[in-house]
Amino acid sequence: MSQFLIYAIPGLPYGCVFALVGVCLVLTYQTSGMFNLAFGAQAYVSAVIFYTTVEDHHWPLWLAAVFSVLVVGPLLGIALDRLLYRYMRASTTTVKLITAIGLSIGVPSIVDFFFGSSEKLNPPSIAPHAAHTYHLGSYYLDGNGLFTVVVTVVLVVGLGLLFRFTAVGLRMRAVVESPRMVQLAGISSERVSMLAWILSSMITALAGLMLAPIYHDVDVNNFNLVLVTSIAAAAIGGMSNLPLTLAGGLLLGVGQQVLAGYLPLNSILAEGLRPSFPFIVLVAVLLLSPAVRRGRSAPDPLSGCDPPPPPLAASLRGAGLDRVSRVGLPVFVVAVMYVTLFQLSEHYLGLMTEVAIYSIIFLSFTVVTGFSGQISLCQMTFAGFGAFTAGQLATDHGWPFLVAMVAGGFVAAVCGAVVALPALRLGGLYLALATLAFAVMADEFLFPLNDIGGGEAGVDVPRPVLGPIDFGADRSFFLLCFAILVLVSFVVILIRKGTIGTYLAAMRGSEVAASSIGINLTRAKITVFALSAGIAGIGGALLASQVQHADSESFVYQYSLVFVVLVLTTGARTVEGAINASLAYVAIPEILSHFGTLSVLEFALFGFGTIAYVKHPEGILEFQKRSSIRKFNQLRARMKHRQDRPLIHGDDSGPGGAESGGRAPGIAGEVAGLSGAGDVGD
Amino acid sequence: MALLEAEGISKHFGGIAALTDVGLSADASEIVGLIGPNGAGKTTLFNCLFGLDRPDRGRVVFDGQVLDRLPVHRRVRLGIGRTFQRLELFAEMTVREHLLAAERARGGGGALWRDLLNMSAPTADERSRVAELLEMLDITDISDRPAESLSLGHGRLVELGRALATEPKLLMLDEPSSGLDRAETAALGATLVRVVAERRTGVLLVEHDLELVRHVTSRLYVLDFGHMVISGNTENVLEHPSFRRAYLGRTE
Ligand SMILES: Nc1ncnc2c1ncn2[C@@H]1O[C@H](COP(=O)(O)OP(=O)(O)OP(=O)(O)O)[C@@H](O)[C@H]1O
Ligand SMILES: [Mg+2]
Repeated sequence: MSQFLIYAIPGLPYGCVFALVGVCLVLTYQTSGMFNLAFGAQAYVSAVIFYTTVEDHHWPLWLAAVFSVLVVGPLLGIALDRLLYRYMRASTTTVKLITAIGLSIGVPSIVDFFFGSSEKLNPPSIAPHAAHTYHLGSYYLDGNGLFTVVVTVVLVVGLGLLFRFTAVGLRMRAVVESPRMVQLAGISSERVSMLAWILSSMITALAGLMLAPIYHDVDVNNFNLVLVTSIAAAAIGGMSNLPLTLAGGLLLGVGQQVLAGYLPLNSILAEGLRPSFPFIVLVAVLLLSPAVRRGRSAPDPLSGCDPPPPPLAASLRGAGLDRVSRVGLPVFVVAVMYVTLFQLSEHYLGLMTEVAIYSIIFLSFTVVTGFSGQISLCQMTFAGFGAFTAGQLATDHGWPFLVAMVAGGFVAAVCGAVVALPALRLGGLYLALATLAFAVMADEFLFPLNDIGGGEAGVDVPRPVLGPIDFGADRSFFLLCFAILVLVSFVVILIRKGTIGTYLAAMRGSEVAASSIGINLTRAKITVFALSAGIAGIGGALLASQVQHADSESFVYQYSLVFVVLVLTTGARTVEGAINASLAYVAIPEILSHFGTLSVLEFALFGFGTIAYVKHPEGILEFQKRSSIRKFNQLRARMKHRQDRPLIHGDDSGPGGAESGGRAPGIAGEVAGLSGAGDVGD
Repeated sequence: MALLEAEGISKHFGGIAALTDVGLSADASEIVGLIGPNGAGKTTLFNCLFGLDRPDRGRVVFDGQVLDRLPVHRRVRLGIGRTFQRLELFAEMTVREHLLAAERARGGGGALWRDLLNMSAPTADERSRVAELLEMLDITDISDRPAESLSLGHGRLVELGRALATEPKLLMLDEPSSGLDRAETAALGATLVRVVAERRTGVLLVEHDLELVRHVTSRLYVLDFGHMVISGNTENVLEHPSFRRAYLGRTE
């Protein structure tokens, strides 16, 4: 028993933080519908401001703490709620998640822009006597830890009183249980949600201040790791039960330490346990918790009162325009190929190769998100599995690279199926969270393993050789990557046009109706998820082959987050969208690098692309393209009207032009989704 | 034994007892009505039979097989088809594509390799069956319109066609006439009678339009507050005093 406590007590401060953050996640999720994946970013803002005011401006600790927790934190919460989240009530889960992820990427990079991106080591603690060790019999806890526990107890008691005895607290509790019921009863859920954001932002800021000293560094990644564990706590509470969430957080914090304590020191299990814990718990909750399983079918007794989703626009394109792009596209591609191969310097040839490879990886998002509407936050992890498998097989076992690459894709696909299996039934939010937890586990535990990521040294990945053809040279390697991109694009287009694509389109329209014609939703989703992971795996193998190396830093989860935001904001429904996203990803840093300090803002740019995404969930480029198609059609209709005879070849441009011109105005531009997809190669 | 036999079905949502010990049977080649006031539990019973809700208690036997925990798509393969009270259309698809998707799903298609070899285009056989259905429902003229542009009435017909394309032995219709005008409702009734005669399909019909119910159904079940209050021949039930009490309201 005493041994148990020796391990358990140091886990308490962690558990307290997980519990608090979990409660914040549930509060804001239930009151505003936003799952706050930007927690890390918010905590980072306050922690950096606290650090800077104390270290650089020599404010007294208490003043800096009050300022960052009671002023900056709530202001940020109010700003987010008023300026952004308020307008997103009716948005889909995807839009909400992507917005939060965009903020989690963009905000820290803005902070670094203003406060400098140098390391902020050994942040001061706000606890009195932080360094002092408190003994209680044979158990001990340092000052910062004790302070964390005390603060948590005070906050929990405070929240409890608020929920039990104040009018606004009661309302908040009611909203957590059924947002719509409360609205019907005439309570403004707007005010309740704002209060929830203020409260949770304050707690978030406080958590930032308490966590930084534990990690001896102000680093947004640490906050994100805490977020992932807190997600598991919130899942234990079924995303709605506050006391259970609290208990879950404590259990996770204490459990980690206790298990780590009992396992043999330095064993793989002990090393891997902490980073794997959130994922394992999340999966266990997904599989076992009746509350979560029920959660999807009846999240709210009144959920049937939801207004139907807005209608989607049909394809806008007339046949005439199709024809133009059919001729125009190959000409354009040939021109780009010619310039790349014969006119560009090595440097730019390398960049174009990257464009081709990232396009392949981004097509995996097109498949999983664009076609099946699922969000995966671990595509780069799958890319990593592909790269490491290919590298190990090619280097250590002498497989030809191209075969090893396909094997890598296969391994990634299997990983994809295994990860998706428990979460797919539940869909949306839970799949996103489970994939995030998996990505973190891979980063912290799996990829650093010798047998997977080659440990410190990483894995050597050769350039491919195919019979007599050696792709070692940059030009031929570019050609190979380009050829594989074309191949993958065809696969993606065939899937979209084929039976599985039809089933997925049906599912996007209505899951119950899709199952009512006998479609096995789980099977369709898993097929697509595995396929997407496989595509990412092949892309990852190529990415590693380009630089001929991969290590555990090559595929960290942050990439997955940046990419999911980038691809979705650009346009996840089309092959073209993936290629555009890839061009942006490669070109923007290249351009910014000419402006010195501005390059810090790269991620801010990607992150804040999400704000445009809220308005145009079909993707910004897709929106632009559609509105120009609409204008083109209108213009043509008008000219035809004026001349009262066909423009050039009346017969074939006629029907397409007239029909689209007539149907287009109004709804068309506003709308999401659609079938103009796959412009390349159709 | 009848095509569908359900007995002792109970279901609650939180504190609400939506269904209490409800039983029902339906056979091939007959149209059975299920009526009751708003909130009586008709849709919930459909969901329990169809596998969208899991009943707390009770047993459903279809075509000699106990359905128990069978997922929805397996029940559909066994031969249950249904439409929805709140329209559930595939927003991005045209009317014809709805039926083609259902045809394809019935055939059990969906192998990845066929898609990758570009062998998934609708077959001539599928096309002609779909054309036949469109003709029967008299929606050929709107067959290339996207679902989002349809009126409620047309939407109902598309759902009916989509369900028929799965070639069900039992067709469950949840208020198919709401949103249809008188003439359309009469046409719907005629179509149902025809389907039953030609395909030997059994139909379970939830419906508020008593005119239609009187015309097409041979037997009736009446649900009230989750209890099956009365059942029997349509004629008898409609004249029964406790039907009038349950259905036409307590003001009388
Ligand atoms: N998912 C759910 N969660 C909570 N309560 C539900 C749910 N579905 C139905 N109910 C409740 O169960 C009862 C029966 O509802 P049901 O929709 O089955 O009635 P109905 O007979 O189909 O009514 P209507 O004629 O209006 O369609 C109602 O009180 C309803 O509020
Ligand atoms: Mg109903």
